[in-house]
Amino acid sequence: MPILLNRVDERLIHGQVVIGWGNQLRLDRFIIVDDALAGSDWEMDLYRLGAGSAEVLFADVEGARERIGEWRGEPERSILLTRDIGTMRRLAEGGLLAGEQVNLGGIHHGPGRRELLTYLHLSEEDRRDLAAIATSGAVVTARDLPDTHRVTLDSLLKG
Amino acid sequence: MSDLAPARGMVVGHGEMANGLVSAVRRIAGDAAGALHAVSNEGKSPELLRDEIDKIAGDEPVVIFVDLSTGSCGMAALSCCRNRERRVLVGGVNLPMLLYFVFHRDEPLAELAARSIERGRAAIDQPLRPDRSTRASG
Repeated sequence: MPILLNRVDERLIHGQVVIGWGNQLRLDRFIIVDDALAGSDWEMDLYRLGAGSAEVLFADVEGARERIGEWRGEPERSILLTRDIGTMRRLAEGGLLAGEQVNLGGIHHGPGRRELLTYLHLSEEDRRDLAAIATSGAVVTARDLPDTHRVTLDSLLKG
Repeated sequence: MSDLAPARGMVVGHGEMANGLVSAVRRIAGDAAGALHAVSNEGKSPELLRDEIDKIAGDEPVVIFVDLSTGSCGMAALSCCRNRERRVLVGGVNLPMLLYFVFHRDEPLAELAARSIERGRAAIDQPLRPDRSTRASG
């Protein structure tokens, strides 16, 4: 089963992802790609607690780029999560996510960020990274939960 | 009785839940609700939420009640409890456990948390029938 969704959400594993998307997609695996987290035992334990009985894998960007083909070929129904757009952009480089969905699920207030949706605040760097992800062939949309309105990248960047 | 100051409580929840619960405690228990602080995750990044919880918790004994242990509130609170013996996290907050808490804050922290959980769990009841004194069956 391929990776069903690639999502940017600074909370990573939390209620919307585990319950909202998890029930809709019938997920049994969370793949977290983050350079800092992949080296922090206590934080990995924390996120494993949040995932209940589902499997949680952690990888840095380099490791994820090496293993993503392998993950796609495995039977687990998976969601891949990053907590920032820059990490997803690095993962997508060279067309690694071409043809795949990249979902923007939650980036909150921060320095230099502007609110585009209630759950999405972007900086200029974020906007450049999103454009690069789209150019690499991924389909980028914003949607916090499966049953809410999907906002295309074009309409986001015009905002 | 503990040799520490009475525990304070914090309710951390999604949307308006924490404010609603603390308001309900105040309606029932009066000034005792002053020991509870409500925190919402609304519009807050994980970092901002952690900072807020950490600041409110301070160094005195505190029980942090969250609505969903595995949600963003629970994860932020759990992170704040790391290496902090005077902070205890309780998931699945409900009104009966908060009512127990506000009237027993002098108990040692671990016992207070355990008994609050026990009280909250016991209050999740089978449907009662209005026309008889026993619980509905089937």
